[in-house]
Amino acid sequence: MLTIKDLQVRIENKQILKGLDLAVNAGEVHAIMGPNGSGKSTLASVLAGRDGYDVTAGAVEYDGRDLFELSPEDRARQGIFLAFQYPVEIPGVNNIYLLKAALNAIRAHQGQPPLDAVEFLQVVRQKMQLVNMDESLLNRSVNEGFSGGEKKRNEIFQMAVLEPRLAILDETDSGLDIDALKTVAEGVNTLRNESRAIVLVTHYQRLLNYIVPDYVHVLSDGKIIRSGDRSLAVELEEKGYDWVRQGAKAA
Amino acid sequence: MSEAAVSHYLAEYDRFRDVLAASWPAQRRADALEYLKTHGFPTRRAEQWKYTDVSPITRRKFTLGKSPGAHIDDAPVEKLRFSRLNCHELVFMNGSFCAELSRNLRLPSGATVCALQSNGNAELLERYFGNEEIGHAFTALNTAFLNDGVLVHVPDGMEIPAPIHIIYLGGREDETQPSSMSHPRNLIALGRQASASIIETYAGIPGSEYFTNSHTSIQAQAGARLDYYKVQQESRRAYHIGRTRISQQADSRVDCHALSLGGKLARWDIDAELVEPGAEINLNGLYLTSDRQHVDNHTLVEHKQPHTTSNEHYRGIMNGRSRAVFNGKVIVHEQAQKTEAHQSNANLLLSADAEVDTKPELEIYADDVKCSHGATVGRLDENMLFYLRSRALDEDTARSLLTYAFADEVIRDIRFPEIRERLEHSIAGELPDTDLIKEFMQ
Ligand SMILES: Nc1ncnc2c1ncn2[C@@H]1O[C@H](COP(=O)(O)OP(=O)(O)OP(=O)(O)O)[C@@H](O)[C@H]1O
Ligand SMILES: [Mg+2]
Repeated sequence: MLTIKDLQVRIENKQILKGLDLAVNAGEVHAIMGPNGSGKSTLASVLAGRDGYDVTAGAVEYDGRDLFELSPEDRARQGIFLAFQYPVEIPGVNNIYLLKAALNAIRAHQGQPPLDAVEFLQVVRQKMQLVNMDESLLNRSVNEGFSGGEKKRNEIFQMAVLEPRLAILDETDSGLDIDALKTVAEGVNTLRNESRAIVLVTHYQRLLNYIVPDYVHVLSDGKIIRSGDRSLAVELEEKGYDWVRQGAKAA
Repeated sequence: MSEAAVSHYLAEYDRFRDVLAASWPAQRRADALEYLKTHGFPTRRAEQWKYTDVSPITRRKFTLGKSPGAHIDDAPVEKLRFSRLNCHELVFMNGSFCAELSRNLRLPSGATVCALQSNGNAELLERYFGNEEIGHAFTALNTAFLNDGVLVHVPDGMEIPAPIHIIYLGGREDETQPSSMSHPRNLIALGRQASASIIETYAGIPGSEYFTNSHTSIQAQAGARLDYYKVQQESRRAYHIGRTRISQQADSRVDCHALSLGGKLARWDIDAELVEPGAEINLNGLYLTSDRQHVDNHTLVEHKQPHTTSNEHYRGIMNGRSRAVFNGKVIVHEQAQKTEAHQSNANLLLSADAEVDTKPELEIYADDVKCSHGATVGRLDENMLFYLRSRALDEDTARSLLTYAFADEVIRDIRFPEIRERLEHSIAGELPDTDLIKEFMQ
């Protein structure tokens, strides 16, 4: 579904990604771990199509197409969803209207008719339960005045409604209390199926107890320096990143 | 040029003096003409007019508009009414009252809401508005040519539940007629503990050139409460000069909503004075400009006594090659301790050729006060745009949505839903691509 080859990215003349390779197939869950500033969010932003990044080398294919040919909105319509590490507050834009417009834009791309208010509400109710979302957040401005945890939950709620094919969750677990973490993990798990892929960026192996990944990658200084299964995450937790870095140098 | 303009208006005055409202004291007209002769029209050398050149107005030979004849086209008026809101509605065309188009003018007994021409209550005028200073040329012009307008008087303790809507429609139906001018005057006096809601709408026949020079005076006595709206949506070829003066006594509260949406060249001054303790004014303003529009908003709030409060929040969105000016001055006088005064002005530039000059000014002569002010000029936030696009909204829709949301902030707390919706609709009509965001505006 997603093939990243030798991806090199700069921001304002600073090389952030330095030749990154990653292949994600439908049905898989990949966890990406790595120290602060190693380029995890940069990777997520580049995949979602944010401006301001200079792709100096490499290629990304999504469903066999060059991802860089697509605008952010076309990527979203074709099933890419990014849950932001820091969701932005948008005063004056209604949370639930945005979600409805998003869903209907995606449906239109798929050749499906828009949902009317009643049908949409049914979907919303069902997904709200799934992630235990507080109803009072629906009619507020997008993320405005939401607590850190509420913002993260709202991202997962959007994901549940939009049912993306490729979901990239950038540290969705940070800032969640233990109960919220479990709910969010359950939400993600119910979305797991053979046609969907999930990329989790996280610092904590704790999340991976709830969402068990098929692969774990370590991103350090703009490259994936080690990949393995979930035992890699456990080992990382014990030994820290220096251990992998040294291993990578030795190899 | 100014001299030629002054002579033009003196000649016009001689032509029309006999038909102007008799209830307005002749002495005040004479004083106003004298002021005009002495001071002339402002030039950009005057600090108050630094960014706004009024010569497009003074160059043109506007003449007093004809009173509406038998044939009145009410279609433009219908669009301006608040159809689902029960209100008292007074309609003026080119400055003259149209009884046929006005409606629901029966008020609780003791209250006065009437056209000045037909029922100028000279005693009330003198009592409340007898000693107003002139202060600038356009006020002088209005005072000299005063012909019609609205008098609102709400006696002590009375509440007028339905809003009073005053519609001024300008313009000519065919281009062979000369460009007209009108000088509406609104006089609003609220007694102690009285309350009312008043909306002034200024609009015109689309594409028509004319000049509106309006003046509103508001007196709020102790404990009075006024919701005041002024919506300037003149034709894109019209000239609009407006001034609203507000004087507030103890514990009175005025909420002012100021919308500048139309006009080719528009200037609006609000001068408010809080003359007794406990008075509070809230000023919400929005100006939208595009093409080659020039819109200038000046506000002045004077805190003259202790424990007075003002909150001012103006926003502007500039597109095309338009230009906006915001000048907000707050003066806290020496004896006005415990004053709270907050002012902010935020501007959104949608095009590289649009411009805004913003100047918040705070003059504080008291030492125990809470004051703040700030101004920003910016473009749409890239993080917000990206967020919306990552949620499948195309770029035009995302831009339109953020632009509309920026404007809506100023009016979303208006307490009459019908007024808010109509204003939202008017705003949407002035902003780019709002047809894309209909589903966000319900
Ligand atoms: N707009 C920008 N301008 C300049 N440098 C940037 C910009 N965005 C990111 N960077 C830099 O790129 C590097 C990678 O940042 P990124 O946010 O991708 O790290 P991360 O792995 O997500 O870190 P964290 O774990 O703290 O979230 C950092 O050194 C950061 O300072
Ligand atoms: Mg990050």
